[in-house]
Amino acid sequence: MVIRPQRTWFDLRLKELWSYRDLIGLFVRRDFVSVYKQTILGPLWYIIQPIMTTLIFTVIFGRVARLSTDGLPQFLFYMSGTIVWGYFAECLTKTSNTFITNAQLFGKVYFPRLAVPISILISNLIAFSIQFVLFLGFVAYYWFSGADIQPNLWVLFTPILVLIMAGLGLGFGIIVSSLTTRYRDLRFLVTFGVQLWMYITPVIYPISTIPERYRPFIQANPLTPIIETFRYAYLGAGSANPLNLLYSAGFMLVVLILGILLFNRIEATFMDTV
Amino acid sequence: MPIAIVVDHLSKEYRLGQISGGTLREDLNRWWARKRGKPDPTSKIGQEVSGTPAFSGGIGFDGGGVKTSAGSRTSGGYKTSDRIWALRDISFSVEQGKVLGIIGRNGAGKSTLLKILSRITAPTSGEIRVKGRVASLLEVGTGFHPELSGRENIYLNGAILGMNQREIDKKFDEIVEFSEVQKFIDTPVKRYSSGMYVRLAFAVAAHLEPEILVVDEVLAVGDAEFQRKCLGKMSDVARSGRTVLFVSHNMSAVMRLTEETIVLNKGNLALMAETPRAVDFYMSSGFAQVGERRWEKTDVPSNAAPFCPLYLRIRDSRGQIIESVRSTEPLIIEFHYRLHAAMTGLRVGLYLQTARGEMVLTTFDTDESSHFETHRTRQAGDYISRCEIPADFLNEGRYVLGVNASSYRVRRYFQEEQAISFTVDATGSPGSHWPEVRQGPIRPRLQWEIENVGIKDIRGVGHD
Repeated sequence: MVIRPQRTWFDLRLKELWSYRDLIGLFVRRDFVSVYKQTILGPLWYIIQPIMTTLIFTVIFGRVARLSTDGLPQFLFYMSGTIVWGYFAECLTKTSNTFITNAQLFGKVYFPRLAVPISILISNLIAFSIQFVLFLGFVAYYWFSGADIQPNLWVLFTPILVLIMAGLGLGFGIIVSSLTTRYRDLRFLVTFGVQLWMYITPVIYPISTIPERYRPFIQANPLTPIIETFRYAYLGAGSANPLNLLYSAGFMLVVLILGILLFNRIEATFMDTV
Repeated sequence: MPIAIVVDHLSKEYRLGQISGGTLREDLNRWWARKRGKPDPTSKIGQEVSGTPAFSGGIGFDGGGVKTSAGSRTSGGYKTSDRIWALRDISFSVEQGKVLGIIGRNGAGKSTLLKILSRITAPTSGEIRVKGRVASLLEVGTGFHPELSGRENIYLNGAILGMNQREIDKKFDEIVEFSEVQKFIDTPVKRYSSGMYVRLAFAVAAHLEPEILVVDEVLAVGDAEFQRKCLGKMSDVARSGRTVLFVSHNMSAVMRLTEETIVLNKGNLALMAETPRAVDFYMSSGFAQVGERRWEKTDVPSNAAPFCPLYLRIRDSRGQIIESVRSTEPLIIEFHYRLHAAMTGLRVGLYLQTARGEMVLTTFDTDESSHFETHRTRQAGDYISRCEIPADFLNEGRYVLGVNASSYRVRRYFQEEQAISFTVDATGSPGSHWPEVRQGPIRPRLQWEIENVGIKDIRGVGHD
């Protein structure tokens, strides 16, 4: 092995990352186990959180503000938005802290730094899966009680939707984390920015309520097709368009590649700046 | 013998000062200036611009931010005065199976060298070629999570250090046995004593079986028995044909464990030689901090005459010059000095302070009035004033020793408040079976009695 000053932009050493897959697994386990140690409700918190958010949205946006939900049951409408958005937002905010929160660890041992953000994606995926199963339960409940929802074959796209979201979250997250080694301001921007981002994503409103001339802006958001497709697949309202999804996927690839290049570049000497 | 490590013209430059927010505008300015081929607007006039052409990539995407946050790359054109060479053009090689000592005073670049070798940070120029896996014991217990059990932490820590699941499975029992925490292996490590914690952490690191092991002063932790085990493990590693780099301030450990040693001084490789010669060089070249302080002629102010300090040494009870002393053993402080003329009424003294600057004591060689009478006048010549600090006196920690030579109410000839520092280790001292930090600079062995004065008295107290 040779230790050299400068890596080229494309020396990504993904093979090395693969050889550390056990470590990624253990990080996931650590995050999962340590979250619910010494709590009474334990993993139940993964369920309580989205349900509470959904209830609040239902009351505020549904009952008080009376926003349209495309004729869907309000609870299902907000829940689908909440859990899908939640996964993306969690991936983004958690990975965006990678360098800062792990400075201690990174300062002492070498392992491919990308292992940390990837493990975050996976532990969030576990949380998402739990929430998703819960969501399916509610869909089934509403379905049997005769609500007007039409799940369709688009549900088969679910893994692809998750993959695109994970990629976007990781891509944006590691770009931010690379830049925060230098500009700490970004940390504050992220929490705040993610909140604003939610409002330009059709989480609490269907895209049909947006006036035609503003729609391109909302459509330019790579998260829009994902949430729309997810809703269409399980609830049958709104629209799903492969072209829009392709746009999201392309966007994801660009952001992800950019992020990995940048991250890889920073990781070599970030210990000198943190 | 095949070569395990080749260090080839290795240099590492650090940027001084704080690197944090508020630099975005500067970076953009710099980037914009570079784009137009103008000089860097943020560099000061008249200062040399250090550019290392080999690394001036100049790639478009947010060039300034990315490049400079990557630290050591100098394409942006910082002034040289902002930067410091932690390592400068170091070259050496180590044969497989050798134990190489690395010595040098603080800031000589020892830790930087190890950090580059263990890939925590990248060098500025030059390269290191290594054969096999490098494991560092820069700090044991990295990545331990307090909520996880000992068992879970062994796996996690092992994986962080580069073992895969299978390797850990195979070594698991051995690790547990070595760490001596069998009974608590399923207890969260936050409930461990610090001794148990360190033992477990070291056990994992020690069973890595890397081709190259990097050890940095880890021997400072744990009790004596455990240290013995650690040293044993290190020699095992070396005997089985693997290579060890051993960084230490403890010269006797370096002498015992290594055959060859490099001496670093201010980022440069001062010497690479067989250990006895390297240690001798280090101790005698005046930059030793290790239990000895030397004064060259140029260090002594001219108004000190006729008094001239030569050296100050700290010895243990066996007469060895040491930097780290045990609280349970006496230590001897020797102050050598030369009088160029006869002096009357001289008193030579020591100030002992903690590293935080609390004064512990002041003492003079003629404190005993009979001494003062017999040494009223000292003729010209070389002298040693020797003083013993008794066993069971100092608490653990770092202490600073100052020296003073004066005549009471007449004149102060020489004074240096921070002449030398040393470390006290509390192993075996009163209360050290509790791994807690004891407050206060002294830790005497006091006479305690515990007397049972009858059971019914308990009720009496407090109610009456």
